[in-house]
Amino acid sequence: MADAVLIHQAHGEAYEPSWFRTYSKKIGMWLFILSDSLTFGALLFAYSYGRISNPAWPTPFHIESIRNASIMTGFLLTSSLTMVMAVLAASRGDRAWTRNWLLATMGFGAGFVLLHAAEWNKLIDEGLRLPIFQTLFDLKPGTNPEYVAASRNVPQFGGTFFTLTGMHMLHVTIGIVYLGVVALRKIWLPILGLLAIACWWAPGPFHYGFYVLLIGLVIASIVLFLKPMDYSDHDIEVTGLYWHFVDLVWMFIFPLVYLMSTKITH
Amino acid sequence: MTHAAGDVVTAGHIHQSKAQFYWVWGALLGLTLVEIMLAYNQVFPPLRMLIVLLILSIIKSALIIGYFMHLKFEAKRMKWFLMVAVCFCLVMMCIFFFDAWRIHTPWFYW
Repeated sequence: MADAVLIHQAHGEAYEPSWFRTYSKKIGMWLFILSDSLTFGALLFAYSYGRISNPAWPTPFHIESIRNASIMTGFLLTSSLTMVMAVLAASRGDRAWTRNWLLATMGFGAGFVLLHAAEWNKLIDEGLRLPIFQTLFDLKPGTNPEYVAASRNVPQFGGTFFTLTGMHMLHVTIGIVYLGVVALRKIWLPILGLLAIACWWAPGPFHYGFYVLLIGLVIASIVLFLKPMDYSDHDIEVTGLYWHFVDLVWMFIFPLVYLMSTKITH
Repeated sequence: MTHAAGDVVTAGHIHQSKAQFYWVWGALLGLTLVEIMLAYNQVFPPLRMLIVLLILSIIKSALIIGYFMHLKFEAKRMKWFLMVAVCFCLVMMCIFFFDAWRIHTPWFYW
């Protein structure tokens, strides 16, 4: 082993080639994806276990929710297509189109988050709550008795639904911040700051976006000021891996959470 | 476009064409429509529906991992290492599903 290293050093190579025959950043991202898939796997398992084992599991998603979630799925799938186009453009060395495709990906991702947060807002307003907010279960004008009953009688539903979809929404938001850093670099920081300020005055779950974007702004500033660099085609590909993973997780959340809890009235 | 020393770069994605990506995207949208139609018409009871939706989701995830994430074009040892590790862990979790079915199908309990 020592001889092998010495031989490499004699030829000017500091490291041995990777066993996986690819570059280290990509291996690092794959290992992160591997560990994160177990987090989502556990959350999806918790939801599906409750769905199967409890005959009284709520089925609160009517046609409007399914239509909304279908559009969200279309947004994420299309964002994955624009992301691979960005990777292709980066491998050709076409910087302008790499940026354009990355911005398109961010746009579709932002559309997904907006639709999802609006859906949350509607469900919360109509009475679907987490078990810890017991005092909010009283029937008020505008609340849906079905959602209030679901929150009161099967608290696991609200707990698993909001945890799973919230975790995914957080990942999409982190992905948008990440793509912004790669596509726009320091220009992204004031935009991110303005978005965070806008979230501060936003209603319902949009308000909590302020804290997520503020943390994102701090981390993006640290990355961009302490390690300013010209992002290569490899960086774009690694960013793409993260984005496709977020899309991949939704391919399980959409059928298992929404489609398995539909209430369609013809 | 500099790369770290010692990195051996596979440029698998360069060999993929735009047309292939559009086909994969179309297939993913098509499978999603099938899922929506199955749920909308409530074709199966919950347990069978879960199995069917899971199979369709696994096909969709294979398309995303293989083509969009380029794993199909990576070295064999990387493909095997990643897929065996993640599948093993997720399957180990799913063992507990038997307990969920046992609750309302007592004959299932060994």
